[in-house]
Amino acid sequence: MIAVIDYGMGNLRSVQKALEAVGARAVVTRKPAEILSASSVVLPGVGAFKDCMANLCQFGLVDAVHKSIQSGKPFLGICLGLQLLFHQSQEFGQVPGLEVLPGDVVGFAGKIPDSVSGSALKIPHMGWNTVQVKKNNPLFKSIPDNSYFYFVHSYFVVPERSDDIATTTEYGIEFVSSIHHENIYAFQFHPEKSQKLGSTLLKNFSELQ
Amino acid sequence: MLAKRIIPCLDVKDGRVVKGVQFVNLRDAGDPVEIAAAYEKEGADELTFLDITASHEKRDTILDVVAHTAEKVFMPLTVGGGVRTIEDIRNLLKAGADKVAINTAAVHNPEFVGQAAKRFGSQCIVVAIDAKQVDAELSKTPPTLDWHDHHPDLFITESVNSPVWQVFTHGGRNPTGIDAVKWAKQMEAFGAGEILLTSMDRDGTKTGYDLALNRTVSEAVGVPVIASGGAGTLEHLYEGIVEGKADAVLAASIFHFKEFTIGETKLYLKSKNITVRI
Repeated sequence: MIAVIDYGMGNLRSVQKALEAVGARAVVTRKPAEILSASSVVLPGVGAFKDCMANLCQFGLVDAVHKSIQSGKPFLGICLGLQLLFHQSQEFGQVPGLEVLPGDVVGFAGKIPDSVSGSALKIPHMGWNTVQVKKNNPLFKSIPDNSYFYFVHSYFVVPERSDDIATTTEYGIEFVSSIHHENIYAFQFHPEKSQKLGSTLLKNFSELQ
Repeated sequence: MLAKRIIPCLDVKDGRVVKGVQFVNLRDAGDPVEIAAAYEKEGADELTFLDITASHEKRDTILDVVAHTAEKVFMPLTVGGGVRTIEDIRNLLKAGADKVAINTAAVHNPEFVGQAAKRFGSQCIVVAIDAKQVDAELSKTPPTLDWHDHHPDLFITESVNSPVWQVFTHGGRNPTGIDAVKWAKQMEAFGAGEILLTSMDRDGTKTGYDLALNRTVSEAVGVPVIASGGAGTLEHLYEGIVEGKADAVLAASIFHFKEFTIGETKLYLKSKNITVRI
């Protein structure tokens, strides 16, 4: 059973249905016991970093996230669920994250040089963009390099360890679009909204031991 | 590189797609879920449902449609039409919509967009703007909106030489006196994550998007702009992207009536050096 953490942010139903569509069993839950007993865990999330962290704290889920990751079982962060794993975010001032991975979350605003974009690029980065695989990763099994996935975000992660970088994507600049560190996998894009290839990623995740 | 998005739009009334859809191999051409799945197969980048259900009693039918679609189709789904309250947005997102489009409710109460963006995040708040170019002489529109005195700068004050577009509500029936370009900027400032811009002059005419309107709005705001209203040929889509500077193009009839598939559309755009997802 895969536990999809429900902390009042994001399109949980879509994540659950996408997992079920590839044959996985998934439960949307905010019960720490259910999260801890699950075979793997998904931390989704859309919205603002600060609100997400506040909700995780309010629902008493921070500890369950940390323990799940420490237990070594497969852990998947999606979009804000990726960003939350890092030390802090610059969204609305400096907001501390879960501090699982070293690095920060920064905004596109002011980062995209005009010389690259010609005209200013739109923020949020919204739509289908390609991901370049930087490191072999079981989740990208059967996924061709430079495949398109669906993004919607204004901030991105800057990991301290280059070893943690699984894929990058170009949007004015090259930014980190997925992470892999031991049992932690995380995407800036939305596999649950990325049609067939997104389903392949979720299937690969659901098959991890 | 970020691909330009091709977005089919379905008008949904009482849970059924209206404005005939001619898909082969569909058991039921009025079923939004089946049509959504067909568009996903063709490679549509997103999908938009416009709920035109008139009666209040039947308004919840769109929630069922969204819920069933989200179970079958794994692509971004925007729902517009009749979104008036925070509760409406919550229900649509909970049912499986990724974004909601707010139109009339924003005009009646601009702060609503700010509240919605704050509660749910800008990424899911689309502001839909229906605009018509103002004739040489502005038709007299009494400022009936009760927030007029708070933002008098947003209204068209005089006839001008450069083109000006007026915001309309209720499907283009009611003029508001609001300048569409200033309105788009204000909506961005309140937290809209995207602008769905429909030319009421061009809607249904198949003569192409209002490129000047699109370009003016797209250059005025920092958020993505979806061009809508008037697409009749593939070249219109190309013009909307290149001359109208649209980040995405929305069309209904050219896809519904199978004049072109999404696949053909993308191959055409690719041949013209537009980045599309194929």
